[in-house]
Amino acid sequence: MTATQDAQAQIPVTVLTGYLGAGKTTLLNRILSENHGQRYAVIVNEFGEVGIDNDLLVESDEEIFEMNNGCICCTVRGDLIRTVQNLMKRKGAFDAIIVETTGVADPAPVAQTFFMDDDVRASARLDAVVAVVDARHVLQRLEDTEEAEDQVAFADVILINKTDLVTPEELATVEARIRSINPYAVLHRSERCGIEIAKVLDRGAFDLDRILSLDPHFLEHGHAAHECGPDCDHDHDHDHHHDHGHDHHHHHHDDAPHSVKSISLRAGDLNPDMFFPWISQVTQVQGPNILRLKGILSFKDDPQRYVIQGVHMIVEGDHQRDWKEGEPRESRLVFIGRDLNWDVLKQSFQACAA
Amino acid sequence: MPTIAPVDVDGFVVRAGFLKTTVFFASGEGDITLSGEGEKKLRPHKAGLLAAEPLKDGTGLITSGDDGCLYRCGSDASVELVAERPRKWIDLIATGPSGAVAFACGRVAWARLGDGREKEFTHERAVGGLAFAPKGARLAVSRYDGATLWWAGTDGPPTEFSWKGAHLGVSFSPDGKFLVTAMQENALHGWRLSDAQDMRMSGYPAKVKSFSWSYKGKFLATSGANAAILWPFQGKTGPMGQSPLQLGARTDLLVSAVACHPKEDVVAIGYQDGSVSMCRFGDKAEVHLRRPGNSPVSTMDWDADGVRLAFGTEGGEAGIISLQD
Repeated sequence: MTATQDAQAQIPVTVLTGYLGAGKTTLLNRILSENHGQRYAVIVNEFGEVGIDNDLLVESDEEIFEMNNGCICCTVRGDLIRTVQNLMKRKGAFDAIIVETTGVADPAPVAQTFFMDDDVRASARLDAVVAVVDARHVLQRLEDTEEAEDQVAFADVILINKTDLVTPEELATVEARIRSINPYAVLHRSERCGIEIAKVLDRGAFDLDRILSLDPHFLEHGHAAHECGPDCDHDHDHDHHHDHGHDHHHHHHDDAPHSVKSISLRAGDLNPDMFFPWISQVTQVQGPNILRLKGILSFKDDPQRYVIQGVHMIVEGDHQRDWKEGEPRESRLVFIGRDLNWDVLKQSFQACAA
Repeated sequence: MPTIAPVDVDGFVVRAGFLKTTVFFASGEGDITLSGEGEKKLRPHKAGLLAAEPLKDGTGLITSGDDGCLYRCGSDASVELVAERPRKWIDLIATGPSGAVAFACGRVAWARLGDGREKEFTHERAVGGLAFAPKGARLAVSRYDGATLWWAGTDGPPTEFSWKGAHLGVSFSPDGKFLVTAMQENALHGWRLSDAQDMRMSGYPAKVKSFSWSYKGKFLATSGANAAILWPFQGKTGPMGQSPLQLGARTDLLVSAVACHPKEDVVAIGYQDGSVSMCRFGDKAEVHLRRPGNSPVSTMDWDADGVRLAFGTEGGEAGIISLQD
């Protein structure tokens, strides 16, 4: 079987995170009631206020399975493994799966389930992690809890909801703070989760082929790692947002009680014999601190771009396509995580240069 | 020459087997096909079917679905509601002697005895698997970090067996001396019940999802490797310090289902590609029973005489293989 056939056979899974009251259930109800021609199986932590009667709505108590002596990189959600297997007995009944997590859930075990369990991996693929945040309360949540920060750091798509409850200045502050944690997620603003469903579902954020299509400027961002993240929200004016980012950088970055940062590394052509042992060692040793990593790499004498993505210790990579004529051959690698040593990572990454 | 009679089933075959002489196929889409004198279709559940298990005396099939219902289906196409847990997905069922039935959803398991008495057992973590002891007095529940043995009919305190990790499927040896679980990690774990001695059976490239005890309980046959792996359980120490039999080995193909013959030292082996074989323990002689199909063999079972084998696949292929003309 080719990779494409596999991808088609795998059911896409969207993971919905967000603090209690942020608007996850509103978004879920919207997805389930809108007429989009797609049938969703939905795994919720409790039926609560999901107002839709759907025989493919299943309640699932979070069951964390620790493997290999409890390393956080090896934790998976046992209940999800089971529910996905149960759903696969009715494969023809739905097109995609949505997993709603509890407000305080760590998104990593959910994501890791789709990479670490062979049966789940064979039948389903993680499409994207979507975080819903409440514009009015998210700053306080980020101050108070590590979970809220994890959810933002982990997300591929962040929906800033309840924007009608804050002033434009407050919203700008919120966006800048979110960007300081996760510069690479796609940001959307909404009131009562009013958003086009296509902007949330079927994103292919873990799909190596599509990592970059989410963010066409991925390679162009010229910011040094310690800076506040660049703007990736294509709905808005680029420069304008940059200014906001920098304005608020000093307020929120240095004072942050928790410590998620993004680090972006660049180099020219790499030597694969140096790079692969290096990334393997970095993720083995620092895996617990690495929430997400993404990169596009240029290997010496290789006509193709190599894309890579990871969650904690899990790293996946593959050739994507030929480098285009005139396209600068450059290697870029981004880490989002805690307590990562930028200088050490930078030096050791650059030592992989061909 | 073995012959195959294909049976038309729609959807993932969750369980195939026999109610005395009637063959049944339970599909994830919700249909139960009964093939005896003529063919009948039942559809007890509102939507999908999650699990099905025949009663030990062959008088009925217990099924559960995502409608929270547990039904008893007879070979005469009768359907009777046994229990209901609204909005719960009951995905585990075990049957025991004298009509005993156990089922579970999330962290709760229930045992329902033949006389209709019901008991509820709550656990701190989700139930991974259920099995009645051969004599039926005890119900084993596999769970995170071990297994619990409950008294199914009386109020005695449970016995706990501990081993770190997530324990899924569970089974008693036919002599009732050993309890074996399949784990989330690619391994089996076992306990000798007399002294809780641990046994670890590892080396599998994939999770073990199918197990079957051979005639007289001499071996435990398992899926999850590129051969059927059969652990010897004859002695007092079970498989400890012994290496397993490997039957029907393939270079690049996993075994997805196993079913030991009820009267001979023979195992039926179903593979990931849908093919089915039969192997004798002593000389490893192999007979091919079915060519590759469209998807992994998901379930197999023999009739009581060991002359017919029912099988089903994840992709909805099903049939009856007869060893006699």
